[in-house]
Amino acid sequence: MKPIERKEVKQLLTNYKDKDIFVHLETTNGAYASHFGNQGVNVGAYIRNAKVKFIEADIKGEIGAFRVGLKLETGWVYAEGLSDYELTEDEELLLAGHDADGRLTVALQLSEQPFK
Amino acid sequence: MEKKHIVVSYPHPDDESFGAAGLIYESNENDIPVTYLCGTLGEMGRSMGTPPIATRESLAEIRKEELQEACDYLGINYQLLGYRDKSMEFENKSKMAEHIKSVLEEIQPSLVVTHYPGHGVHPDHNAQGAATIEAVRLMDSDKRPEVWAAAITNNYVEELGEPDIVIDVENNFEFKLNAILKHRSQAEALLKQMKADEEFQTTYTKDFKERLGKEKFYIWDFKDK
Repeated sequence: MKPIERKEVKQLLTNYKDKDIFVHLETTNGAYASHFGNQGVNVGAYIRNAKVKFIEADIKGEIGAFRVGLKLETGWVYAEGLSDYELTEDEELLLAGHDADGRLTVALQLSEQPFK
Repeated sequence: MEKKHIVVSYPHPDDESFGAAGLIYESNENDIPVTYLCGTLGEMGRSMGTPPIATRESLAEIRKEELQEACDYLGINYQLLGYRDKSMEFENKSKMAEHIKSVLEEIQPSLVVTHYPGHGVHPDHNAQGAATIEAVRLMDSDKRPEVWAAAITNNYVEELGEPDIVIDVENNFEFKLNAILKHRSQAEALLKQMKADEEFQTTYTKDFKERLGKEKFYIWDFKDK
């Protein structure tokens, strides 16, 4: 992945507009947060291959901490803390945030085909 | 006497190195083959390498390659059970037990090592531990392999008493550490910290040795033998 360039990613998001697409949305503080170092409760959620169609998309924020909002006909998809992106060979758009040790903190991914 | 064979049944690539490298070292010394039944590919893991080399989508393939390298280093074979990381506790329990039973019947191990249900910390550890023990329980009582269960919660001794088996890894710690480090995407953050901070290195290595320097197991009592 490489650091998000806002304009570039905005253009890539627009490519999925008004289409039936599959979303992977995730956030986590790790499976061992409560076991090591007293970081409280393990918190995480993910949804994989949810089918959505968005009518507006934008990316805001600053380097290292971007926010993406996708406006659906009947709701929203939202992620914050995004720092890196990649467009895979299969034209999956991967957006993610990482902590200082490279651990994933948040992911928002769009694809016209279901993720494997 | 029957031919010996050990099956290690844990859910993630790297659990075999963290949880059984010492046991595997001793098994190698005694020419006892070991097969690792790896439940998932750890594809929902949070560590992506430092700096990140993996993405959520490429992590499965990367961890599979790391598993292969670790198993080559450990001198063991592995079989994948094909479940999805973080999802094992939501699978149908009896189906999973039947699945594991069918795999164990192929391998015919004399000993099965798994996580102690309820004391595995990670939900996948608890789920695969429970399914593995159920798989063995479903076998005829005279055909069952022995089961050793590893408890890794902070309070396991209070709840379960002292473990039955303690394998001291002190003298083979480098073997264990090298196996862990084969899982680069998972271990790099650790390694970076160890290199960057001498004080950390001293305290961490000590803590690391305390936590991982002994592999402890409870012999499972099926109560109907």
